[in-house]
Amino acid sequence: MGVRYFGASILRAEDKTLLTGQGNYVDDITRPGLLHAAFVRAEHAHALILGIDATLAQAVPGVVAIITNDNLPDVLKDKRMAQPYPSPVLKQGICCHILAANEVNYVGQTVAVVIAESRHLAEDAAALIAVNYQVLDAVIDCQVAYKEGAPLAHCSAPDNIVATLKAKFGDVDVAFANAAHVVSISDHHHRGGCHAMETRGVIAEDDPSCGEITLWSATQCPYLVRRLVAQHLDIPESSLRVIAPDVGGGFGPKASVYPEEVVVCIASRMLSRPIKWIEDRREHFTATQTQRDQFWNLEAAVDKIGKVLGVRGTIIHDNGAFVPYGLLLPMTTLGPLPGPYSIRNIDVTLEAVFTNTTPNSPVRGAGRPNAAYAMERVMQAVSRSLGLDPVEVRAINLVRKDAFPYETGALNRVGKPVVYDSGDYHGCLDKAVNLADYKNFVTRQDAARKDGRYLGIGVAACVEDTGIGPYEGATVRVDSSGKVMVETGAASQGQGHKTVIKQIAADALGVTFEDVRVQTGDTGRFAQGVGAIGSRIAVTVGSSVHLAATQVGTTALALASEVLDQPQEELELSDGAVRGKGDHNVFISLGDLATRLAPMAGGSVPLSFNASLEATSYATAKGQPYANGTNIAEVEVDIGTGEVRVLRYSVAHDCGNMINPMIVDGQIVGGVVHGIGNALFEEMIYDPSGQPLTTNYSEYLLPLSSEMPEVNIVHQETPSPLNELGIKGAGEGGAIPATAAVVAAIENALEPFGVVIERYPVSPERLCALIVAGENVV
Amino acid sequence: MKSAQFDYHKPKNLNEAIALLGRLEDAKLLAGGQSLVPMMNMRFVQPAHVIDVNGIAGLTQMSADVSSVTIGAMVRQAELLRSKVIARDLPVMAEALRCVGHFQTRSRGTIGGSLCHLDPSAELAVVAALYDAEISVQGPGGERVIAFPQWPLAYMMPSVRPDEIATKISFPLWSDPPGYSFVEFARRHGDFAIVAAACLINLDSSGIITKCSLSIGGADQIVHRLGNVETSIIGHLANEEIFEFAGDLAGNMDTMDDAYVSGAYRKRLVRVLCRRVLKKAVERTKSGGQA
Amino acid sequence: MSEKKSITIKVNGISHSLEVEPRMHLGDMLRLELNLTGTHLGCEHGVCGACTLIFNGEAVRSCLMLAVQADGAEITTIEGMALPDGTLHPLQLAFHEHHGLQCGFCTPGMIMSLVAYLQDNPSADEANIREALSGNICRCTGYQAIVKSALSAAEVMRGETG
Repeated sequence: MGVRYFGASILRAEDKTLLTGQGNYVDDITRPGLLHAAFVRAEHAHALILGIDATLAQAVPGVVAIITNDNLPDVLKDKRMAQPYPSPVLKQGICCHILAANEVNYVGQTVAVVIAESRHLAEDAAALIAVNYQVLDAVIDCQVAYKEGAPLAHCSAPDNIVATLKAKFGDVDVAFANAAHVVSISDHHHRGGCHAMETRGVIAEDDPSCGEITLWSATQCPYLVRRLVAQHLDIPESSLRVIAPDVGGGFGPKASVYPEEVVVCIASRMLSRPIKWIEDRREHFTATQTQRDQFWNLEAAVDKIGKVLGVRGTIIHDNGAFVPYGLLLPMTTLGPLPGPYSIRNIDVTLEAVFTNTTPNSPVRGAGRPNAAYAMERVMQAVSRSLGLDPVEVRAINLVRKDAFPYETGALNRVGKPVVYDSGDYHGCLDKAVNLADYKNFVTRQDAARKDGRYLGIGVAACVEDTGIGPYEGATVRVDSSGKVMVETGAASQGQGHKTVIKQIAADALGVTFEDVRVQTGDTGRFAQGVGAIGSRIAVTVGSSVHLAATQVGTTALALASEVLDQPQEELELSDGAVRGKGDHNVFISLGDLATRLAPMAGGSVPLSFNASLEATSYATAKGQPYANGTNIAEVEVDIGTGEVRVLRYSVAHDCGNMINPMIVDGQIVGGVVHGIGNALFEEMIYDPSGQPLTTNYSEYLLPLSSEMPEVNIVHQETPSPLNELGIKGAGEGGAIPATAAVVAAIENALEPFGVVIERYPVSPERLCALIVAGENVV
Repeated sequence: MKSAQFDYHKPKNLNEAIALLGRLEDAKLLAGGQSLVPMMNMRFVQPAHVIDVNGIAGLTQMSADVSSVTIGAMVRQAELLRSKVIARDLPVMAEALRCVGHFQTRSRGTIGGSLCHLDPSAELAVVAALYDAEISVQGPGGERVIAFPQWPLAYMMPSVRPDEIATKISFPLWSDPPGYSFVEFARRHGDFAIVAAACLINLDSSGIITKCSLSIGGADQIVHRLGNVETSIIGHLANEEIFEFAGDLAGNMDTMDDAYVSGAYRKRLVRVLCRRVLKKAVERTKSGGQA
Repeated sequence: MSEKKSITIKVNGISHSLEVEPRMHLGDMLRLELNLTGTHLGCEHGVCGACTLIFNGEAVRSCLMLAVQADGAEITTIEGMALPDGTLHPLQLAFHEHHGLQCGFCTPGMIMSLVAYLQDNPSADEANIREALSGNICRCTGYQAIVKSALSAAEVMRGETG
């Protein structure tokens, strides 16, 4: 077996259909007799529903049904969605009704659904449904919601506390007692929304003839959808087939299970017709989960040379109105602390709080960008306080190369020590510094200042825990043609999973890339799965595919040995067959071997072999591989307008052995741009009554090609010892540190004005205010 | 986000269009569609009737002579950007057009549509103000010509009557071809300007400002000519000092607050952009300003 | 129900006659009536650019045009870019070679925008292309690979390579 594909930038198998308009996204799918759904959504952030009058709506021609909580089948009435990720720490894990019962808790919440012959008609009818609300006090600011006596986000809840979580290890009191300096930071983080270019969408088709509902969903987690929707409908999982077809971007929010998915299944069953619902972009702003606000207040104890000894503080976390994703966002906020730095004493408390706004759940990076941002702000504060170069501060504090595997001192969710498996963090730092021409920056900056231009440079380092378990399984099978089929529950939203799977399987079996087919994201084709989140698929599926393919290869060799009467050691897999090594002129094709293991009537499977030349592996993670990186951003600030331009962006990234460097680069650049967008542009604004003020793309600003820099990348490959392939995940390593790097660069540019940024996104207006304040002081 | 229902009409000529406007209640004119259709898709507007004026002859001509350039209301923004006449006679319009939306919207968007929609920061309105352009409208009573200072009545409300259609816009040219500049501050390329500034300027042989036109969009609910600033700088040497003076004076104008941007910040932008637009316009005069 | 209108429209070289409700936009008409689902709807308010196609030789946003306005027009969509024998257009090839797509949702709009843009600006440089693509939003790639694809395709389209 050779290594022909692993490590190579193989062009993607996914491309051809997508490039020719032959993609198969949910909205491209049509079914015979298809009906269309449009939802009526809550117009108030917090209100009681006194009544719903659908009389006028019923009269619209082409309307087939109008469903509210009241006319759901009895067993489903008043039933809330189930908590997908229960936790003993979850104090109030309130989930929504699929259609609001008597209370709505955020603008955008599902209240009713119209089923009609077309989406146009469904919307016509939806506009005629009169919902009689009694508006209640809403709480919008999580810093208010957190306090005693605040308006309640949920009428019958005792308070607005979702959960209190801690990251605590070591002894911060000792650290602070020994500190030569104490620095403090206070930051408002705001991460905005999902905004995959494809909105959400589902089609449900009930087929009573086989007692199965098929649900096509633009989801990252078909198996989670299957479990939760089946449980909600009280049907066996085997009666619900969930298919994730081509999905146009996920980024986190498509990993949740949503009320629309349940409603559409119920409607299909009620009406015996397939039902399609496609979220429109305006709905997406409030109906799809976002990530938005956290308020951090930290202090760091620092020794006299700039080594951080301990960090303590608090975070107020805006959970939004419901808890559709457990505590994974708060956990991924605290879990990564203290990032790539060797800080042995941590005591940070996070309060997750209800507000009457769209529920918050992970968006590209989840809480990791927040944790990285906080640690980088600490490092910036150290740099400022002690007058040290920011790169020098990182070098002093980064975990050293000889410390791996490195126990941070923290315990993970299941009580096991957090261990960074491998890495060379200083190596990445150095590579980034060289790539960014950091050492000559001051010259550039000085020359620019003489011209009245303000340039700045900022550095940010991070770790990324990847490949979270338990597994993502795969079956590898060879059929009589000799071609290979890989089936996996893994779902794809553009990351190129099929391509890397083909690479791994082809290498293991000695076949060509073209001879491997991959089937993903269909619960009807593969038994169990978890989902595409947290940069986990390459690691988990990669391991499963590698193991399963290797097993198939071993079986093939063993069978070939028997059939050819040759010792196994003299045989190898190559070019779609088992061949003799060296001059040995024996040969049997994989297709032939596969046929022998799958005989027809009257045949027999060779003794000591199982039928079918295949193997299934649910490779379980031995731990989480940790990727890492250092990013350096160079910006120019126009002090007249407050505009920030990112001129240059450098990334040094280590995700272990790379399966496909081209795909890794794509993930990094996409993440960096998202992070720059978070730094400068993306803001989901609510007014004090909880009305969203940014509900279209002129008001909510996504990063565009015209403002984004070229991103230069240098790779380092420190293999992971946790899996045979030595790989680590790579999906979010660009998004995690980018915001911090850009903000640090802005502060560096505006040092003459003493600007310290305490909130992102940084708008030009806010920057001008800071500059003016700085001018007045000087 | 599907539009509500409406009846669709496609008049073949101007008289038919005017008759329809007079007869139908709750009708909207469809020109380029780049502003109207998104609002209909979002159901922000739900007209009972849509009158498509894209087929009407006589609204797509452009003509130029030594004293003016006249542009039909339905001339597409893309065509204006391609036009050699505009490049030669109204280069500030070409500079402004590069900031108007994106090339995909400019292939449909029209100058008439933009001036009738009258977004506070519409670049073409800023240019029209700069030149005191004249807008011809046609109604049941015949043709009227409205000089640009009388065109904007209020926020997004031009003084065209409900039964009238804009037919052409005339830009009187300066006898001494001016230095020109258009600058705007937008968050991203193609976005609506937060503030936009445009300037035309003549200097005499010793660098003294003899004529100036300065217009601002986006700062207030309607576009403004800064006549007071213009008069204060005429007769002065065109230099950094005067640019700064003009900017400071301009920054005194009333500005609007909205949910996204404050009036105070708009004032700052007016100050900064006026300074920059004047400087650039001076650089583009024949003499290029003071050495 | 408002009166349907008859239209005749040529799409990718094939003529179609059909009746449409006035309110149906061009993007929906292609997807729902002609089953050409390659043109995607990302926002339906004219900002994301995913719905871009070529209308009488120019790039337009199909979500901002009523289908009735396309009566008598000639339209090219992503489905019409490859040759009948399947040979990909240089832009399609370049996107493949340079990883210019990830989820593929914005891709048809990107390609159709670039076809029009490069026709009028065959020697566009990186800055030009970044500015030209500001009317197309991508959430996956961060644009870099798209720009690289565009530059590479432009070279081929100028006859300099390939």
